[in-house]
Amino acid sequence: MSDPTAATPGQTPSQTVGPFFAYGLVPTQYGYPFRSLFGGVLAEARTPGLPIVLTGRVLDANGAPIGDALIEIQHADARGRHPRSRAEVEESGFRGFGRVGTGTLPDGGYAFRTIKPGATPDGQAPHIDVIVSMRGLLSHAFTRVYFDDEAAANAADPVLASVPAERRGTLLARRSDLPGGTVYRFDIRMQGEDETVFFDV
Amino acid sequence: MADLPRIAARDWTSQPAYLHPAYKSTPLRAPSRPLVPMRHTLSELAQPVYGHEDIGELDHDLTRNAAVNGAPLGERIVVTGRVTDEGGRPLRHTLVELWQCNAAGRYVHAVDTHDAPLDPNFLGAGRTLTDGEGRYRFLTIKPGAYPWGNHPNAWRPNHIHLSLFGEHFASRLVTQMYFPGDPLLDLDPIYRSTPPGVRERLVSRFALDATEPGFALGYVFDIVLRGPRQTPMETQR
Repeated sequence: MSDPTAATPGQTPSQTVGPFFAYGLVPTQYGYPFRSLFGGVLAEARTPGLPIVLTGRVLDANGAPIGDALIEIQHADARGRHPRSRAEVEESGFRGFGRVGTGTLPDGGYAFRTIKPGATPDGQAPHIDVIVSMRGLLSHAFTRVYFDDEAAANAADPVLASVPAERRGTLLARRSDLPGGTVYRFDIRMQGEDETVFFDV
Repeated sequence: MADLPRIAARDWTSQPAYLHPAYKSTPLRAPSRPLVPMRHTLSELAQPVYGHEDIGELDHDLTRNAAVNGAPLGERIVVTGRVTDEGGRPLRHTLVELWQCNAAGRYVHAVDTHDAPLDPNFLGAGRTLTDGEGRYRFLTIKPGAYPWGNHPNAWRPNHIHLSLFGEHFASRLVTQMYFPGDPLLDLDPIYRSTPPGVRERLVSRFALDATEPGFALGYVFDIVLRGPRQTPMETQR
């Protein structure tokens, strides 16, 4: 058994996910003969809450769409709780975690089908945590989606409060109510004037 | 105490900086503004829910999991190791995902245009869960080196991509494992993006006792994920 006092050599360094991750991490989405463990659908029709699509593009310093990024999201259910077990996932149909690549929609797009999260019990506004990986990114980047129709909750959110006011807008997903349902748009800008806020988590 | 994070911070003396100009894909993609600290709100957020039921019987065996009409070509190897946190605590039943090119240095991925043969019996993707002591084990084919467009006559050293979650959202790690004695390591800007003295953690070691006699050579690659945050209480456990 392990000796808890044994020193480890320290954190294993991150390396880029590279351009060729799709058949390993999101094979079903890209049509490879391997079953994805995680995909772009986090909730089922029976899952309580407002069904939403979260979609957007990932853009480089020149505003060019990035077609080889991996986007992973994790968020709470409509009551603000994260599923903790398979039994909970099976009961609600809510997985709480999704993963897609930006290589199968036009223009470096990504899309998730899920439900709108609720505010969490510790007073955070409804939000979605995001991990961004791609060729050219040596360590993954963390960001967070907030919702533009939650002004009151956003105003009281401690994480948003820690972000310089002029940059908070980069974390807001914009709602549109379309015939097919509610869509929130959230573009991720790696650099530039409106560079998305990334967090040291 | 209640609002102190339970997971150690990302150690930026061990992790590569976002901008590493020698790796030419970084300048247009590396975040340029300072990261905004967000420790305490995410420290308790657990990894996604998955389990043994999700992992197929052959998912850990890349020499068999995509076989169509025979065995893949190349040198069979075992890749094994322990996944622990920084305190040496084994991370049990944690997901390890792996992908790589074939023995000729060609990825199955459709955008890989390297003029080397695909292997009809090799996909190059696998996954497994660590056991009760944090150990994982894959059977695969030693990946080949391949040229890439970073600079004239650039070649990636032999490497295997790995993806782990650990116990927390914040302990996510995507990395690459290299092989001992590879002369391409010192020429590779991705490997060299991590500081000297640290990058050596990315190199597996050959281990005769990890070898499957008569069948496959063994390489050991131990992985250390973030956490837990060290406090005097915790170090006395």
